[in-house]
Amino acid sequence: MRITIIGAGVAGLVTAVELAGRGARIEIVERAERLGTLACAWFAGGMLAPWCEQATAEPQVAVLGAAAIAWWQQHFEGTVCRGTLVVAAGRDVGELGLFGRRTERFESVDARQIGALEPELAGRFQQGLFFPEEAHLDPRRALQALAARLNAIGVSIRYGVDADAARLDADQVIDCRGIAARDTLKDLRGVRGEMIMVRAPEIQLSRTLRLLHPRFGVYVVPRGEGIFMLGGTLLENDSHGPVSVRSAMDILNAAYALHPAFAEAEILELGVGVRPAFPDNLPRVFRHGRTLHVNGLYRHGFLLAPAVARQAAQILFPNTSQASSCISS
Amino acid sequence: MNLYGIELESRLLLGSARYPSPALLADAVRASGTDVVTVSLRREGGGQRSGQGFWSLIGELGVRVLPNTAGCHSVKEAVTTAQMARDIFQTAWIKLEVIGDADTLQPDVFGLVEAAAQLCADGFEVFPYTTEDLVVADRLLQAGCRVLMPWGAPIGSGRGLNNVFGLRALRAHFPDVPLIVDAGIGRPSHAVEAMELGFDAVLLNTAVALAGDPVAMAAAFARAIEAGRAGFEAQPMESRDLAAPSTPVPGRAWLP
Repeated sequence: MRITIIGAGVAGLVTAVELAGRGARIEIVERAERLGTLACAWFAGGMLAPWCEQATAEPQVAVLGAAAIAWWQQHFEGTVCRGTLVVAAGRDVGELGLFGRRTERFESVDARQIGALEPELAGRFQQGLFFPEEAHLDPRRALQALAARLNAIGVSIRYGVDADAARLDADQVIDCRGIAARDTLKDLRGVRGEMIMVRAPEIQLSRTLRLLHPRFGVYVVPRGEGIFMLGGTLLENDSHGPVSVRSAMDILNAAYALHPAFAEAEILELGVGVRPAFPDNLPRVFRHGRTLHVNGLYRHGFLLAPAVARQAAQILFPNTSQASSCISS
Repeated sequence: MNLYGIELESRLLLGSARYPSPALLADAVRASGTDVVTVSLRREGGGQRSGQGFWSLIGELGVRVLPNTAGCHSVKEAVTTAQMARDIFQTAWIKLEVIGDADTLQPDVFGLVEAAAQLCADGFEVFPYTTEDLVVADRLLQAGCRVLMPWGAPIGSGRGLNNVFGLRALRAHFPDVPLIVDAGIGRPSHAVEAMELGFDAVLLNTAVALAGDPVAMAAAFARAIEAGRAGFEAQPMESRDLAAPSTPVPGRAWLP
């Protein structure tokens, strides 16, 4: 079977990896000239945090996302399994109680334990929640690693191709275009997220941190070599425009509250991604004519891509077992 | 309840921010039975019409939209946002917020009166988010407002009615103006209390949106507001210092 996947974002690449393991001949077409530049995944946090996400997401997200950590460990050696630490400042500790009531698989930690986990935060927070099984990765390196892996097994990615699904010469088309697929998926909407990349060589953090606040929460994901990704905005619009001053202030203030040394950090990049979402904020995999749509991963691209890719593979190859679904590494 | 000439069945007005998903928002709106949903323009707008995806989902709910100027800190910002809202939602209704303090999100009542006067003169039907201050309320009515929305407590704080005395005085001073308690409601019991004081309606958002089960909470508020209103209309008894037996002694069965 000849399959063309439209879109080399996280949904497209992970789906390609899943299908390649089942014997399909795959080609990927991508409208950007280079990997990632038009993909919202490029601006993602890269948190593999199925249990933290329970605080706001439908239960299905944790169910679908639970297998993601193992998948990424298997396919990307840069996957860091050091858990997530959730903290709140003095007057906001009530937020931890609420967060804890809605999530699972965590340990409550006190000031001493927080200091043991992240020495930089010693004495700064009195209470926290530690989710030891969660993980994170650098989305850009992860996408590059998947692209290289696909290249190595003969899956080509053609860049600069704005494909029309109806005209592609293939037995099967998989539409992984994200928000660009709104031209055919009318109930898809864009949800904007903004991120700031900073270099703060003075700060040593080894795992994802989330600071809870009634208004301005933030997450900090270490990228290594003193670089941190700060994120947190979730805006109901599909503007790709630059980061607003208000959002930047909110994110940077929150990071500063987490650790004052962020005040000395250098801002390397301000980025915006528009995440594709259906009204229930849950992903969908469904066939429409010759096209299989894989879309609506919302803010859970890296967390849910392995599960939706597997669903796509099971629709196209109903007789292959899950055991053969992974390409050998 | 009649707001600016529109007859409404439900005495609950529901905000549309911070729900886990638009689908849950839609379910909560249905469960609440509300006729009016507020929508924030400023924060979600992103300029031009880029919030259309979310706004069209709101449009499909089949309820009246009350756009708001949440997050505006100046008269000019609030007026501009109101004008944008009128274009986008094709309504003269505007929930006017002019925030004076970033920490408590307390309204800047001076800016509020000024913005209300400008908007009313421009044909808007203004729902001002204000404090329980009587004099400010009077100025807002002079500016042309025909509905007032005093706070219960700071936005999103869930503290209930902070100043029951002030709210009661407001109700007594303006018996014929629709008064809607806006902000600070955390639990259904707070809504009951507001309705028992004789307020015409309650506007809330966070209490439903951030509940563990927003749909069930929306239904709980709907019942609370009905109960509170029914209790008010039924003219509750006065509380007394002296116990008064509900069964008088002479009527009690005599047991040897």
